[in-house]
Amino acid sequence: MYEHDVIVVGAGGAGLRAAIAAHEEGADVAIVSKLHPVRSHTGAAEGGINAALREGDSWEDHAYDTMKGSDYLADAPAAETLCKDSPKETIKLEHWGMAFSRDDDGRVSQRPFGGLSFPRTTYAGAETGHQLLHTMYEQLVKRGIKVYDEWHVTRLAVSDEEKPEDRTCHGIVAYDVQTGQVEGFRARNGVILATGGLGQVYDHTTNAVANTGDGVAMAYRAGAPMEDMEFIQFHPTTLPSTGVLITEGVRGEGGILYNENGERFMFEYGYANNLGELASRDVVSRAELTEVNEGRGIEDEYVHLDMRHLGEERIIDRLENIVHLSEDFEGVNPLDAPMPVKPGQHYAMGGIETDENGETCISGLYAAGECACASVHGGNRLGGNALPELIVFGKRAGHHAAGKDMEEAKITTGKEGEYELGEVDSPVELGEAGIGEDAVADGGTAADAGASVSGADLVQRAVEDERETIDTLLEREDGIQQAEIRERVQKSMTRNVNVFREESALKDALRDIREARELYQQVFVGDKSRTFNTDLLQTLEMRNILDIAEAITLGALARNEFRGAHWRKEYQERRDEEWLKHTMLSWNDGRPELWYKPVILEGENKTYEPKTRSY
Amino acid sequence: MSTQVPETVEEESATEAASAGKQKRDAKKRERAERVQEQREAEAAEKARSADDTYHLKVFRYDPEVPEKQEPRFDDFHVPYKQGMTILDALMWARDHYDSSLTFRHSCRQAICGSDALFVNGSQRLGCKTQLSDLSEPIRVEPLPHSDVVKDLVVDMEHFYDQMESVEPYFQTNSLPDGELDEQRQTRENREKVKMSTRCIWCSACMSSCNIAAGDNEYLGPAAINKAYRFAMDEREGEDMKQRRLEILEQEHGVWRCQTQFSCTEVCPKDIPLTEHIQELKREAIKNNLKFW
Repeated sequence: MYEHDVIVVGAGGAGLRAAIAAHEEGADVAIVSKLHPVRSHTGAAEGGINAALREGDSWEDHAYDTMKGSDYLADAPAAETLCKDSPKETIKLEHWGMAFSRDDDGRVSQRPFGGLSFPRTTYAGAETGHQLLHTMYEQLVKRGIKVYDEWHVTRLAVSDEEKPEDRTCHGIVAYDVQTGQVEGFRARNGVILATGGLGQVYDHTTNAVANTGDGVAMAYRAGAPMEDMEFIQFHPTTLPSTGVLITEGVRGEGGILYNENGERFMFEYGYANNLGELASRDVVSRAELTEVNEGRGIEDEYVHLDMRHLGEERIIDRLENIVHLSEDFEGVNPLDAPMPVKPGQHYAMGGIETDENGETCISGLYAAGECACASVHGGNRLGGNALPELIVFGKRAGHHAAGKDMEEAKITTGKEGEYELGEVDSPVELGEAGIGEDAVADGGTAADAGASVSGADLVQRAVEDERETIDTLLEREDGIQQAEIRERVQKSMTRNVNVFREESALKDALRDIREARELYQQVFVGDKSRTFNTDLLQTLEMRNILDIAEAITLGALARNEFRGAHWRKEYQERRDEEWLKHTMLSWNDGRPELWYKPVILEGENKTYEPKTRSY
Repeated sequence: MSTQVPETVEEESATEAASAGKQKRDAKKRERAERVQEQREAEAAEKARSADDTYHLKVFRYDPEVPEKQEPRFDDFHVPYKQGMTILDALMWARDHYDSSLTFRHSCRQAICGSDALFVNGSQRLGCKTQLSDLSEPIRVEPLPHSDVVKDLVVDMEHFYDQMESVEPYFQTNSLPDGELDEQRQTRENREKVKMSTRCIWCSACMSSCNIAAGDNEYLGPAAINKAYRFAMDEREGEDMKQRRLEILEQEHGVWRCQTQFSCTEVCPKDIPLTEHIQELKREAIKNNLKFW
């Protein structure tokens, strides 16, 4: 068994920042990641980091834009924390040498982005995430922070008190991809989940193959609630064939969207009469799909994004990476022709419920970055707000886990504040599919513990449970392979739980997920080797995909209104009197339990009154 | 949550009945699993047969643990072609439809995570950005040369990472502004100068293509030297630090080992002019030494 003060799971932007912060506080910290840190998906972020750095801008304006963009489903204390901390965290990156694009006076450049009232998106060409990830990894190397790379974390070692709020996280169980060895990692102070996105629940996504929502699902099965899972952001400009992202920076710099008739539809059809292409992402995604659905799409599938008029010099200076992506993955040179684009799954606004300090309701368990929901994005994330989230909340979680005195959080977690139970009309049984020896699908419930069991013993028990699961999987001689189950779930989610949602399709998705859960009881790993067994790795990821797909769909079915990225055919209005509340799902004895907690709209100096969102 | 479940769930109170019910359910589940599996394999074979275009890949296989794979070999895969398909797409198709033990690293699918550098038809390339249609068949897919193979197409990256980390690959400056909101100014020209060097994705294609690195395990290699270049040429680091960086680069196994063969530059998937960067550092090193004469 390995042992450290703080263990960070995941080595993308949030994980690296958390580890550096914990180290700064003097903690013995280690990162456990299923990839090598420089392979993390933060590297694929293109656009930039929103930070109120300039005269004429303020964190208050940034917070206002964020609350409006969220469609009033973000919690003001979290959004304000993001906006207040972002400037100094962004400049901290600059002090660490990050290669930001520069203005003539040598200061870092900023550009306009969707839904922002000021051009406050700080960027490094169209490769901001790559620069950020590498800059932070460099700082990790400088500090000599230990990284267990290519170790896939499969389970949290959490004590088994009845109420999640009484539980403690003592560590994790991970599987060494290189050798197949399953080991425990005890965390003396805390575990920080920074496992990133969950785009692999869908088949058309900008997300990496590694983004299977591992942290969210593990925390959920250990008792930490998932929050606002139905809010999935679809990015309006992804390449149709692969889902590769074309940054909002293209529109920020003046790129124009056209339909098949060559009409600038954002204005022509009144989708966003003021901001046009720079309306927020949910608005543009729906506009594009409406064009396609009304027969004005190209090849009935996509629209055109044209940036030729910006001129080669400006494109190469600020968007060079886009030229390469479009050429390599779509065969279109955007200096000569418009790029084909369509909406694709991009970001999960929801995730593990945390407060502003990254803490969950389970003592010693933290989450930061895309896997967490503080919540800063509410119903819709503004472009350029994901990277500041990583550094701001990664740092806060790192500090808190390392024992630094933090200001008390205003957001409550778990069922400690005000809440109400919910109901949803599901066509099938939900949650755990199997029983007895088929425990594989239901993942790790809290490990056994009595009053006399030490943290180390608890981790050891969790290790033994996981070894058994993995042995069972490897010993099975026949059954069904995860690739088949994965494809079914991904296709069903894209067909049924996409930009436009309707009740019958959501129910179809729940039926498909139920069937996939049952098939998963028969899952088997064809590769029997212990060495670099990616078949086993993907099979273990698959159980996370199942839990998350169900949570997204269930949340979408329960939310009878239209808010942010969540559009419902049957409910075309935002219903503030009933729905200014977060959708919460807790794993309760193998079944999802639905409940709600109110949104906090009271900020430090003002209350954000919900207004009609127009751009 | 009170979920309404219209479909009735079997309720059996007696243990025997429950276990019989369970057996029945299990048998049903197994049957369904087998059916799905058979259907899937048939579909895969049918897809490959009926595709207008099928690509033939010869893929390197090796697993130290599996008796029949201990002796390295090539497996043939026939993959149905779709417009725009890459080497990575083909490998994924083969893995998902033919052999789930086929092993390779991959993640982002968009040439930024750097995990799928492979040796394709005799050249180092990223699987995700190499179009099948640009290659002649049969397409040979092998792990990166000059690295230990862990399994199939996966190589051991430790040495590469060690070299990258040996050049003090982090920003060091002694002119940090006092205010936490004050930037260190950098000219556009200087950012432009280091820009290409910052694009490295640590894929190791360059190291794998370098004859010198193959023969001298201590040679820093193109990627690590480029990493040092990124900092040495950054005006924010200052002269003292540049001096120190040059000392690292001038060591016996540093820049002077490079024989300007350009193979690293040729294979770099991010178009970094690696050889030029190494040459420039050689010139800097000479200028640096001249000062003392």
